[in-house]
Amino acid sequence: MHRIDRRTMLARLGASGALALAPSIARGAAGRGVVVGGGVGGAPPAKYLKRFDPALDVTLVEPAARFYTCPFSNLVLGGLRDMASIGHGYDELVSRYGVTHVRVSAEAIDTAAKTVTVSGGEKLEYDRLLLSPGIDIKWGALAGYDMAAAEKAPHAWKAGAQTELLRRQLEAMEDGGVFVLVAPENPFRCPPGPYERACMVAHYFKTHKTRSKVLILDAKDRFSKQPLFMQGWQQVYGDMIEWVPISKDGKVVRVDANAREVETEFGTRHKAAVLNVVPPQKAGNIAAAAGLVDEAGWAPVEPRTFESTLAPDVYVVGDASIAAPMPKSGFCANSQGKVAAAAIVASLAGREAPQPSWANTCYSTIAPDYGISVAGVYAIAEGKIVQVPGSGGVSPMDASAEFRKLEAEYAVGWYESIASDTWGTA
Amino acid sequence: MRPGLSGTRALAGAALLMLGAPSGTLAEDALQLEVLAASCANCHGTDGNSSGAIPRIGGRPQAALARQLRAFKAGTVEGITVMTRIAKGYSDEQLDTLARHFAERPRP
Repeated sequence: MHRIDRRTMLARLGASGALALAPSIARGAAGRGVVVGGGVGGAPPAKYLKRFDPALDVTLVEPAARFYTCPFSNLVLGGLRDMASIGHGYDELVSRYGVTHVRVSAEAIDTAAKTVTVSGGEKLEYDRLLLSPGIDIKWGALAGYDMAAAEKAPHAWKAGAQTELLRRQLEAMEDGGVFVLVAPENPFRCPPGPYERACMVAHYFKTHKTRSKVLILDAKDRFSKQPLFMQGWQQVYGDMIEWVPISKDGKVVRVDANAREVETEFGTRHKAAVLNVVPPQKAGNIAAAAGLVDEAGWAPVEPRTFESTLAPDVYVVGDASIAAPMPKSGFCANSQGKVAAAAIVASLAGREAPQPSWANTCYSTIAPDYGISVAGVYAIAEGKIVQVPGSGGVSPMDASAEFRKLEAEYAVGWYESIASDTWGTA
Repeated sequence: MRPGLSGTRALAGAALLMLGAPSGTLAEDALQLEVLAASCANCHGTDGNSSGAIPRIGGRPQAALARQLRAFKAGTVEGITVMTRIAKGYSDEQLDTLARHFAERPRP
């Protein structure tokens, strides 16, 4: 597709970046980059591709006008924030950086022809494609948990309508009920997420429904920041939060969303007043449709560049990618996206990719004045991603109230900064 | 084990190299430095221009930034939450390079 055709198409689609497109046509773009997914993994490479080479023609394929973040969506459930505060638009990417935002979905990718077919049937050509499709739910992998069940027993593992549904259910719940949270096996998006969610729901109960309880039924025996969470639960919420690991029959094997009841491996049934199922996950569907995932449903990538090992000139970042030991966190998605953007720019210039360097800092909010964190710096060693020895780790146990309060404040500061780095200030 | 330093040594010349780069693409050394510095933006904002609870590092004096980063790494500063854990992931040379990079960022 010639660029002029694309401009016509963009006009039809009502693209918000049509004005920004004109200069790049006049100048002659140095290459065409298409980014699929405008979340915390996709928006940063769209922006940084333009920062690294303003002559590139960069198109961001994202149907939403505003993106609602999983980070801090637990704080919405806890009543610490409203939905508007976790929504971000694309105005700054378009007006300041010259990214073209097309509000369509990617429906098919032809990695041989190097085209992305979007909703409506139009095709975008690319020289380099970056996918940040996030996760999709493995519907049916947990018996009884399908799309219809998620309307009764929300997952709220993609922020937006599901977050609001779960919040409404909590508000409607009678005091004295049990909030049951079903936590999945690894790997899944945001490893500390279920345990922070337990805290935020408990915070809501503590401030509004003091006779209610939180019960976590877990398909694992260990989880992220576990000693810190367990200390925080004890210190802040007493016995309000109960955690049942797999070794104590915590693994849920069947969900009855209508009855709000779950059944464990050994036949124990738990009745919930509000049932929240964090189900088994996989890379966002477009990755599988493009033939970019392995048997487990995640996308294997070259560690140094995050270029797919299954298709050339296609990069996959964020939760969809296999990047262990980096966790599936928003921080890592942003970090991977920017490093991949540099690799793409180098590749288009016929140069070797820069030496990668990534980081992670993941805050969890136990209470408004009680934060904890895990951090890590990552690099390549012997062709694999490694955590730089001596770097990273979790907040100290038994820290002072001042230390915990500072980390809660830094969690908010982190959110503001990463949102600004990702989407801009709008 | 640590990210390579070969691309970050001749940073004083990065601006000059950029002039010679084709089609506006950042020169090799400058791009390497952007990769190293990219992680800092996640907490300190693009170009280190944080507006929230986390300190702004963009446009601050290089010597002060370098001294602070090395002190974080050594663990000699009291009451530090996450920066000691992060600074230990970088060589002294990388920390100095980052200090220079952020000192040179324009303030908005």
